Amino acid sequence: MRPVAVIGLGKTPFGAFPDRDLRSLAVEAGRKCLEDGHLRAPQVEAFYLGNFAGPSFTGQNHLAPFVGAGLGLAGIPCTRVENACASGGSAFFHAWTAVAAGVYDLVLVAGVEKMTSQPTPRVAEILASAGDVEGEMRAGATFPALFAMIARRHMHDFGTRREDLAAVSVKNHANGARNPYAHMRKVITLDQALAGRPVAEPLTLYDCSLVSDGAAAVLLAPIERAAEFTDRHVRVAACAQTSDSVALDEKEDITTFPAVKRAAQKAYAMAGLTAGDIQFAELHDCFTIAEIIATEDLGFVRRGEGGAYASEGCTLPTGPRPVNASGGLKSKGHPVGATGVAQICDVSMQIRGDAGPIQLERNEIGLAQNLGGSGATAVVTILLKP
Amino acid sequence: MKVYTETVVHSAPEAYVGDAPYQIAIVIRDDGSRVTGRIAGEHAAIGDEVEPAGTRDGLPYFKKTGGGKA
Repeated sequence: MRPVAVIGLGKTPFGAFPDRDLRSLAVEAGRKCLEDGHLRAPQVEAFYLGNFAGPSFTGQNHLAPFVGAGLGLAGIPCTRVENACASGGSAFFHAWTAVAAGVYDLVLVAGVEKMTSQPTPRVAEILASAGDVEGEMRAGATFPALFAMIARRHMHDFGTRREDLAAVSVKNHANGARNPYAHMRKVITLDQALAGRPVAEPLTLYDCSLVSDGAAAVLLAPIERAAEFTDRHVRVAACAQTSDSVALDEKEDITTFPAVKRAAQKAYAMAGLTAGDIQFAELHDCFTIAEIIATEDLGFVRRGEGGAYASEGCTLPTGPRPVNASGGLKSKGHPVGATGVAQICDVSMQIRGDAGPIQLERNEIGLAQNLGGSGATAVVTILLKP
Repeated sequence: MKVYTETVVHSAPEAYVGDAPYQIAIVIRDDGSRVTGRIAGEHAAIGDEVEPAGTRDGLPYFKKTGGGKA
């Protein structure tokens, strides 16, 4: 296995774009990425596309070559990767393994989702297919309901409070308000977060991430070739993908995501680092409780103490270990297949020092965590300043 | 059988909009296996004892045993 670098990146803003179709979003991100990496499309050797439900949202299947042709990729292997909300991270993982193993040198990874052209009930139904459709969804569970049950149990076992969930929401809204790429740029107060419309108790509208359109892309190359293309590459110190059961009722303890813990252990071991070395992170806050549990599973804070960790300001941009300086899925938006790749972009931009208004000071060792469904897929990536 | 976790769903999927708000729960059966179902009647909290209360189109319902307040 040889060391791999991110040599280029590109994103679209996330939001609701009625006049943009899926391909145009992916092509925009891909073109920006190729330009950033000083690469021409015919030089790319393989293309991986993370996308959750393009066929359901848009009716278009066979998406990787469809997007690839739009980018001018020249007859190379084009493959769509689907693992629910971890589709982007999974696409990145497989692209990384191909470069690390020496199968290809120059690989493009993109993630895209076009969600806002479907009516809300249809969007909810499509999202629900990331869970166990026959088992839990037929009982009337929705995605927020699964995470609400996770939150309820976490509150029961550890005393986590609604105020702790709200603290995550307030932080991520404030961060997103400063991010030009974010879908929602609106500061909220703790009281507003607590008074939000209930979706599935205890989660309110302010605990749930957004339905968005958007795309992100990164270019990978072996480190030894990075200097041919850029003078600001980012080192991929580790990448690990793991799995667990899809249905929430098949898990022993729903207050932790075993797939995340195992992916984190593998990533730390691969990078020769510990949780304490991670300076900042982009974590998967599909719902506020997911960010709280992620900080525990990644070892940033002890089991059960993620709520207090958030409420005490430890994850603020000014705190000891900033989480979701981008605004997270809550405020930046969550075009499902794009998210995992966008996290890699956001961590890399921090490391390169071009995060603009959301730039963090301590920016040398960053982590991205992407989660599929209610924990059935996890991808943890550690990126370093070279 | 005990309630492992639960939530009251306000924003329901299209098929169940008429039922909302309704309570769903993950229930631990006596053999240790778990199932996701609906709570019928009185609100059930984590740790409450429940018993099967029939099915509707294959959807399992549960209700608090004893019926009265704890």
